[in-house]
Amino acid sequence: MTDTPRPRVAVVVFPGSNDHRDAQLALERLGADTARVWHEEPLLPAETAAVVLPGGFSYGDYLRCGAIARFAPIMRAVEQFAAEGGLVVGICNGFQILTEASMLPGALRANASLAFVCRDVTVRVERSDTPFTARCELEQPLTIPVKHGEGCWYAEPEQVAELEANGQLVLRYAQGENPNGAVDDVAGVMNAAGNVFGLMPHPEHAVDPLLGSTDGSLILGSLVDSAQLSTALLA
Amino acid sequence: MRATVVVRPKSGILDPQGQAVESSLRHLGFAVNKARVGRVVDLELDAADVGEARGQLERMCEQLLANPLIESYEIELRADG
Repeated sequence: MTDTPRPRVAVVVFPGSNDHRDAQLALERLGADTARVWHEEPLLPAETAAVVLPGGFSYGDYLRCGAIARFAPIMRAVEQFAAEGGLVVGICNGFQILTEASMLPGALRANASLAFVCRDVTVRVERSDTPFTARCELEQPLTIPVKHGEGCWYAEPEQVAELEANGQLVLRYAQGENPNGAVDDVAGVMNAAGNVFGLMPHPEHAVDPLLGSTDGSLILGSLVDSAQLSTALLA
Repeated sequence: MRATVVVRPKSGILDPQGQAVESSLRHLGFAVNKARVGRVVDLELDAADVGEARGQLERMCEQLLANPLIESYEIELRADG
């Protein structure tokens, strides 16, 4: 395995993104070769094995969070990549962009408190057999920070039941930890095909003991492992 | 042609902004029972007739101005040139 090339993970940067550096640093430490991709690019870099849409305030969060970013030129390439089975992860604003682009179910609304929340929360792993959580144990509690004003995930009750039945609700806030009023305590959702994932907590900010938790590396490490696997399969 | 699009949180969906406004108005002594907060978009557009303009506006709402999962919209058209 030592001579296997590091999997290439593209980190997309929109005007107003601000977590791309942390995401790159975390992914590099976990064994990925990252490439920063500007939103005006029409194509993803060659040999991209996974795409990360980072947190921030793309296009100033104008209209609705993520509503403008979904029309960026690079998003056509990201949609194409996902349609072909490529791994895509949206963190916070990235999650908002993926729901606005209808690549993930539900919508992200203003926090029920109307206040911006910035603190560590505990989330529970509901699925440990996905490309994004394979390094986790089922029901493992993870301490990962959130920092958002619009993180209240919403879907209609019938849709929530369907997502639950399909096993698409991958992460939930632990009891009493829901920071935003999200329906059914949902913190992270996957698409039906299982290759696109979005979450409000920031795993890239929880990869060093200096910052209080390294639980985020279980999520991003799982992604790097999965990207590695798809790189090996393509090779 | 001029148009105004009003976007509202769908009925039945919790509107924390509306609730905060409602409670502030009550504190000011107004007998307000309910407030919902939405968004207004004023537009000037080129269209051959009202029908074409309405069609364009519907598509604008579906594609960008509203998120149909959580918001409803109303279109008001004024053909005042």
